[in-house]
This record gives sequence, C-alpha cells and structure tokens, in this order.
Amino acid sequence: MGGNVGYQLDFSVVWDALPSLLWACLGTIGLAVSGMLLAIVIGVGGVMLRDSRFKPARWAVMAFVELIRNTPFLVQIFFIFFALPLIGLRLDPTPTAILALGINGGAYAIEIIRGGVQSIGKGQIEAGLALGLHKAQVFRLIVLKPALRAIFPSLTSQFVLLTLTTSVASAISAYELTSVAQQIESNTFRSFEVYGTITVFYLVMSWLLMRVFDQISRRYFSYPVK
Amino acid sequence: MAAANASPAPASAQPMIAMRGVEKWYGDYKALTDINLTVASGEKIVLCGPSGSGKSTLIRCINHLEPYSAGEIRVDGTLLGDDRKTIDAVRREVGMVFQQFNLFPHLTVMQNCTLAPMRSRGLGKAQAEAVARRLLDRVKILDQADKFPAQLSGGQQQRVAIARALCMKPKVMLFDEPTSALDPEMVKEVLDTMISLAEDGMTMICVTHEMGFARQVADRVIFMAGGAIVEEGHPAEFFKAPKHERTRKFLGEILGH
Amino acid sequence: MGWNEFAFLLRGLQWTVALSLVGFIGGGVFGLAVALARTSGQPLLERVTAGYIGLFQGTPLLMQLFVVYYGLALIGLKLDAWVAVSIGFTLHASAFLGEIWRGSIQAVPRGQTEAANALSLHYVSRMKDVVLPQAFRISLPATVGFLVQLIKGTSLAAIVGFTELARAGNIVSNQTFKPLLVFAVVGALYFVMCWPLSLYGAHLERRFAAASR
Repeated sequence: MGGNVGYQLDFSVVWDALPSLLWACLGTIGLAVSGMLLAIVIGVGGVMLRDSRFKPARWAVMAFVELIRNTPFLVQIFFIFFALPLIGLRLDPTPTAILALGINGGAYAIEIIRGGVQSIGKGQIEAGLALGLHKAQVFRLIVLKPALRAIFPSLTSQFVLLTLTTSVASAISAYELTSVAQQIESNTFRSFEVYGTITVFYLVMSWLLMRVFDQISRRYFSYPVK
Repeated sequence: MAAANASPAPASAQPMIAMRGVEKWYGDYKALTDINLTVASGEKIVLCGPSGSGKSTLIRCINHLEPYSAGEIRVDGTLLGDDRKTIDAVRREVGMVFQQFNLFPHLTVMQNCTLAPMRSRGLGKAQAEAVARRLLDRVKILDQADKFPAQLSGGQQQRVAIARALCMKPKVMLFDEPTSALDPEMVKEVLDTMISLAEDGMTMICVTHEMGFARQVADRVIFMAGGAIVEEGHPAEFFKAPKHERTRKFLGEILGH
Repeated sequence: MGWNEFAFLLRGLQWTVALSLVGFIGGGVFGLAVALARTSGQPLLERVTAGYIGLFQGTPLLMQLFVVYYGLALIGLKLDAWVAVSIGFTLHASAFLGEIWRGSIQAVPRGQTEAANALSLHYVSRMKDVVLPQAFRISLPATVGFLVQLIKGTSLAAIVGFTELARAGNIVSNQTFKPLLVFAVVGALYFVMCWPLSLYGAHLERRFAAASR
C-alpha cells in the first residue's frame, strides 16, 4: 500500500485508460440490463408459481426468495460460477455473471411484482368481470397498468441497485467497469486515482438511470390518483 | 351446456331473475340459506338487513362474482352455470354498481364507459363513444368526460359508474350499497339518478339502507338476516306493519336515529 | 473439508460479526447525526447531508471500500486492514441509516412537533423526548432490514483482502478443491445470521401495519 506522505496524485494513467474505462461502462450497463430482464422473467414466473395451487411450487418459491435474500451476492456468484461446470454448463464469466445477477434480482422482483398485483383492489377486478370482460382482458386492460405504476419505483430502484451490484461480478472477472479498473490498477498501482474515477462513473450512471426512469414514469403513468 | 337447458318460456311471463333454493357456503360457513326470489321485468327490489346478513352475497351471485353452491339462478331465462359461456352471457345483461365505485383509475371517464362495450360487445369506437356520451349526459356528467376518476368527487364518480354499467345496455341493474361510501351531501345526486333510472322502467335490485328511496321507488322491500330472506312486502305495508320481530328491531335501529 | 477448515470458517465468521457490529454501531452514531442534520431546517446542512447520502446510495459498496481503503493510505494513515475496512462500513452505514431515519423523523406527524413547540420545549428535548422515540419505532423494520444488508455487505471486505467469512471460504475452497461444498457451508452460515433478522423485520413490519390501520 502506498502510504507514503507526500504522495502525488497522478490522473494521467486514468486519462490514458479512459477509452477502455468508458467501454467498460457499457459492459456494466449491458450486464445490468440483461440481468434485470432475466430478473423480471424470473419474477413473473415466480409470482405465478408463488400463487399457484400447487403447494410444493409455492414452498419452493418462498424458499428460493429467502435463500437469495439472506446470503451475500458474492457467495451466490461464486457458488454459481463453480456449480455450472458440474452440471455440464461451460459459460464465460460474463454470461455467468448475468445469470447470477438475474437470479439475485429475481428473488427481489418476485416480492415487488407480487406486491404490485396485490395492490390492485379486488373491486377493480370485480368491476371488470361484472362488465362482461374475460379474465385475460381484465388483467391486460385493468390490472396491468396500475400494477406497473405501483411497482415502477421499486423496480427502478432495484435496477439501480443491480447496476451497482455488477461491480461484485469483478470477483469472477466478468467484463464490466470494476474488473477493467482492477486491471489498470494492477498495472499502474494508481489505486486511488483509478477507483476514485470509476466511483464517479458509477455515480453518473446511477443518476442518469434515475433520470431516464423518471421520464418514462412521467410519460406513461401520468394519470392522477387521489 | 347449461344454457341449452334454458327452457324458453313465453316472453311475457318469463321472470327477469329467478332464484330457486340458492345456497352459498364459504367452507363450513353458510352465507345464504334457501333463497327463493323471482323478479319480474321492470320490477324494483330493495334489499335491506343488518351487515353480514347476506344481501351483498345474494346480488353478487346473480352475476357470478360469487359462485353459488346449490339451487339454480336464471337470468332472463338463461340458467347460470359455472361455464364461461353462460357467465359471459349473464354478465353482459346484468350491470352492477359497487359501494366503492371501482372506476378504473388509469382510464378517463369516457374510456371507463367505452371499454366494455368495445371489448365485450364488439362495438366500434365511434359507436361506443356515442352511446357513452348519451348516457353520461343522462347522469349529468358529460362535461367531465375527459377527466380521470381521481379528479371527480365521490358522487360524480358513482354517477359515472352508473353510466358505465348502462353503456352495456343491461336488462338488469344491481346496486351494492351505492351511497354508503359517499359524503352525506352527495347521496342525493346519486339517488336522483337511480330514481330516474327506475322511472324509465329498468329492472333493479338495490342493496341499500336509504329507506326514503325504498318508499319512493321499490315495488317490494326484502329484509334479510342470517343469510335468509325473513320478510318481504310492498313498502307501504313493510314499513307500517312489519311482521317479524327482527324486522321491527332493524327498522327501529335505522329509522330511529 | 474437515474440522480444521470448518474452524477456520468460524474464525472468519467472528470477523464478519465484528465488522457488522462495528459498522452498525459506528454507522448508527454518525447516521443519527446525518439524520438530524438532514432534517435540521438549515439549508446548507440539509444540502450537504443530502449529497453525502446520494453519494453512498449512487455508488457500489465495493468502490466505497476501495476508495476509503486507498484514500486513507493516501493521506498517510497507516492503518490495519480491518480498521480501514471498519471505517468504510461505518461511513456506508451512516449514510444509509441516516436516510432511513430521516424518513422516520419526517413520518412523525407534524402535530407532535407543533405540540412540543407549543409546550415551549427546546430543540434537544423536542427531539429526544418527543420526536425520536416515535421515529425509532417507525424506523425499526427498515433498520433491521439494513442490518441484514450490512451483514451481507461485509462479504465485500474479502475483495479488499480482509479475511472474514467469505474470504475464509475462498481460502478453504482453494485448499480443498471443493468449492461447492465450501460455498454452500459459507452461504448457510450467512443465512443463519440473516434469516432470523429478516423474519424479525417482517414481523415488526406486519405489527406496525396492523397498528396503523
């Protein structure tokens, strides 16, 4: 550790590495977006199983949610990393990281989506049925938009959280910002400069994501509620 | 299948709603006991009784929001079974107004009214909107057509809910405590709407404690307790000389204060 | 994996618990200060603490640890790894607890503050005797929830090179070549710590929801 007094900050190595760092930002976003899409798929499927009549499926989903939510992502990603080859799946670190992020995010998505569906009052569904609409129509025309509106804030903050979590994927050397930064750091020993800079990059990314989702939310969920 | 059993009776004599020996169980709890009720076309029924007496359950069985456990229900001759075809057929003919309005918050007043006619009856947009405009005008709320439900008062929302149900051109209207969730000053505008609907000859079943409305509009008042029909009669005799002790007690409580 | 390896994991577990406690207690003290500053009504204080909270909520915990770790070295502080990491978690926790408690303080009905003012209570008494006890109750489920997050988060100290439970698992896994078994055991140990807390948090939330109905 360079704990010497009189250390001179030198950001030139960061400047030199800027292109590869910016590309790595795209890697991070790619990891987060694919992870989140997988998480939503798992979330929707999980909710259907969670509320199905088949008891073992309900129990399995509940156990999955508790297991994922009460263990660190780092341990999960290591476990998956080592478990995949044993079941004959040889994946590169990046797809492995996407899988791990999706599974982790999926456990949270199940709870969020379930809450959204439950937030739609029974009366809304009954009113739709009483008007002669079918179940599928009631879901599509009446439940979906208000439910999406209800879960949108939690889902987006979950997405930002997942984006920040991608940095842990550096532990298995997936392609994303932190692992690229680690390479640069190990070549230059400019730890503080490199990590300080990408910390700012993360801050900008999460801020931008929040802005984008805020705009989406304003555009699509702008009907008034009391 | 069940629909095929519907015996076509002569149109004039055929009741709009016929319930025979209807029972409803929630697990071990019996919510409705041996309900026999016939409602003629154009008849106005007021259902009253203490809370938990089964009046909401009864009308919710008529459009199959609650499946009934025994007996039979016929709506305009169609035997209401558990199959989708008859349920759909019945729901298209039976409109319902809820205590909590249940307007769709993400749709405008106009969209609330055109949704079911377009999706369920297959009307075109222009046609559905024309119908909706006429009925919104009728409940005196046409000027709010482009607003969202949350921008309206409770009374206005309930009038929209009535218009929404009428847009399906139902033969029967069910009202489930339509004024109970309203502030007192808004009750009248909703009752006036219901009265004018009654004057036009709509077949109506209303669960309500508005006894003034019952006196003015009802052909029959039915009193329920413990899941069974205890007593029924023309409002004049029902209010003047109730036969059963429970009815007297109930009327004393709600008219007394 | 024999008893020796398991004992090694348990020593790692001790460090995980120690790190979590230090982070939670240290974060609690500073977090209270952050929450009070964030609700102080002083625009400058509120701005600065809002920025502080935003900084920690908008960056990965791993980066926070890295920057604190190398930053302390940079300003000439030669600290043990575990002290540096503890400072990192304390700062992290202070921001998150500060935000949770800000929300709770603001969730106490305004009438309470008004009543305290009308009784001419000064700021310290108003906060200590009236607002904070109520805010504490409101914040409890979220605070317990954050403790779970913090315990899981301490696993990232492993990446910085500090030997707590997750890194102990890594070491044992490299020695025994049984990564699945080792990480399953490590996961189970985390689960045993976190699950009861999660259940307790959920219980508190239900009770609170029932009480406020």
